[in-house]
Amino acid sequence: MTTPAPFALARSRLAARLPTRGSLVLAYKLLVNDRAKFVALLVGITFAVFLMVQMTSMFAGVLSRASSTVLNIGAKVWVMDPAVNTVANSIGMPDYVLDFARSIDGVRYAVPLYSAGALARLKDGTFQPVSVIGLDDGSLYGRPVLERGRIEDLYAENGFFVVHDAEFAKLGKPDIGTEFELNDHRAVIVGIAGVASSGLFGIPTLYTTYSRAQQYIPSTRFTTAYILIEPKSTADIPHIEREVARLGYRALTREEFIRRISSYYKYQTGLGTNILLMTVISFIVGLSISGQTFYTFIIENLEKFGALKAIGAKGRELVWMILFQATFVSLTGLGLGIGLCTLLIFAAKLRLPGYAAAITATNLLLAFGMVLVIAAISSYIGVRRVLRIEPFDIFRG
Amino acid sequence: MSAVAIAAQGLTKWFGAGDARTLAVRDVSFEVRLGEMLYIVGPSGSGKTTLLSMVSGILRPNAGTVQVGATDLWALDDDGIADFRLNKIGFVFQDYHLFPRLTTAENVAIPLILRGRPWDDAVGEGMKYLVAVGLEQRAGLPPVKLSGGEQQRVAIARAMVGRPDILILDEPTASLDGDTGRNIVAFIRSELLNEQRAIVIVTHDARIYEFAHRILNMEDGRLKGIIQGQASEQ
Repeated sequence: MTTPAPFALARSRLAARLPTRGSLVLAYKLLVNDRAKFVALLVGITFAVFLMVQMTSMFAGVLSRASSTVLNIGAKVWVMDPAVNTVANSIGMPDYVLDFARSIDGVRYAVPLYSAGALARLKDGTFQPVSVIGLDDGSLYGRPVLERGRIEDLYAENGFFVVHDAEFAKLGKPDIGTEFELNDHRAVIVGIAGVASSGLFGIPTLYTTYSRAQQYIPSTRFTTAYILIEPKSTADIPHIEREVARLGYRALTREEFIRRISSYYKYQTGLGTNILLMTVISFIVGLSISGQTFYTFIIENLEKFGALKAIGAKGRELVWMILFQATFVSLTGLGLGIGLCTLLIFAAKLRLPGYAAAITATNLLLAFGMVLVIAAISSYIGVRRVLRIEPFDIFRG
Repeated sequence: MSAVAIAAQGLTKWFGAGDARTLAVRDVSFEVRLGEMLYIVGPSGSGKTTLLSMVSGILRPNAGTVQVGATDLWALDDDGIADFRLNKIGFVFQDYHLFPRLTTAENVAIPLILRGRPWDDAVGEGMKYLVAVGLEQRAGLPPVKLSGGEQQRVAIARAMVGRPDILILDEPTASLDGDTGRNIVAFIRSELLNEQRAIVIVTHDARIYEFAHRILNMEDGRLKGIIQGQASEQ
């Protein structure tokens, strides 16, 4: 079957506009064989990417840690006081809110969650702040996955699970049976739990039942920090949110709550602004170094590009060559920068298990986008100069 | 009588505008025939290089035409002129303009690479021309490691690799000593000139006049006369 003539014509026209493989190899060799410039370009972009990814990863790590309780508990809908911005700063709700939540159409079940800080006194007499999560006695809804121990042991006298996260060692690397005191109450570790994410504040986390948490920790008038709701279906969630709002409280899905916490840290703590500033500075540094070096590279090779033009290269072929050079060096720098950042975070986590940094897809996309901008601006300057050079300037020397 | 390779008619070129306007070439007409080695000579600033640029598709004239075979060169669009230079003309620039980051063989292959030939294929073809100019032992070296005469021969190999109909050389002996210059031009005359090719050389160097068929003498942008070269009498 032959290709219809109009398509063949369009294809040949397109092929004429695309660079040949040979011209790209030529561009590659001209770039890479100029070792000093190539290394300077790579160092500039790698350093910029490293800084950008490192900054945004630290921020992503902080945000992820800030939402660790929400992630670890895993409830689909959280009910809270409207003033709550972060998990740690919960505001107690009266019991009628729980009763009301249970009465809403579309709620399969609703349970209370206790969340507070306390001081643990270890066997050696030292004190260690801890975070205590009290799970609903009847269902233990939101319980962590146990690495060791049995879930029913949480009902045993003085029973607590300890989370095996980066802060675990601060409790003296406890084992099942390890005892300590919580507000002068005897507490016993009955299980070691694994969680998806460690907390932000660098303190160990303990799980127990709601009633034991109330009993052990001095409480305010209302003790329900959150109400966790399992809806009958996802379609019921908007209705649940509306009903809870009618009562003067706020119901959020897990994702909405995480976004709310992230927004708080981004916009109300100064953390987001500082990270944004650092990222922009890294971008400017990268752009300055690589843009200037690439410009120098083009200027030094201007005569050569002119010679290519005189020999018969078309303007668009030279544009392709410059774009290829800028893209190649930028993507190589991107890879090296990400690799360097990954290595540093890995090394830091070996030494500091609680180091909060996480390379996310969003960070990588952001770095990729910024590197593309660096490549585009650098090559734009080069392309302008190369398109302006006349073969006659080369010819007359 | 050989066919006409280039027919230039009424070529005029000026630079600048208003009071700053300088007339570089004034109403110059001439022909170059296949199998002919034509020199354009004259003092500095006489318009030799400008004239050569106009007949080779480098510089658009303000007036006049250049006919190459059946093609009216300056009636072509920019892409057409670039294709013309790539396929019909071989250039040897005064400063050679070799690429210091490429090997000698890769430098020679550039016109073929620009024509879309695969890299290895083009470099392989370039090697044949390096053999022709006696530099096969230098194929893997960068041009900066070569002497001036060797660089000139690399530039000639690069100009020849595309088998152009017209070979244009701008001051080919300017940076060479007397013997090397003569040897290079003798090599061009004996090895590269044939009945399917015309060679146009711009030069000041009277020591190589003996190789020319005809010599165009330029002065103040005008063609002052055409001298029959010694070569045409041989």
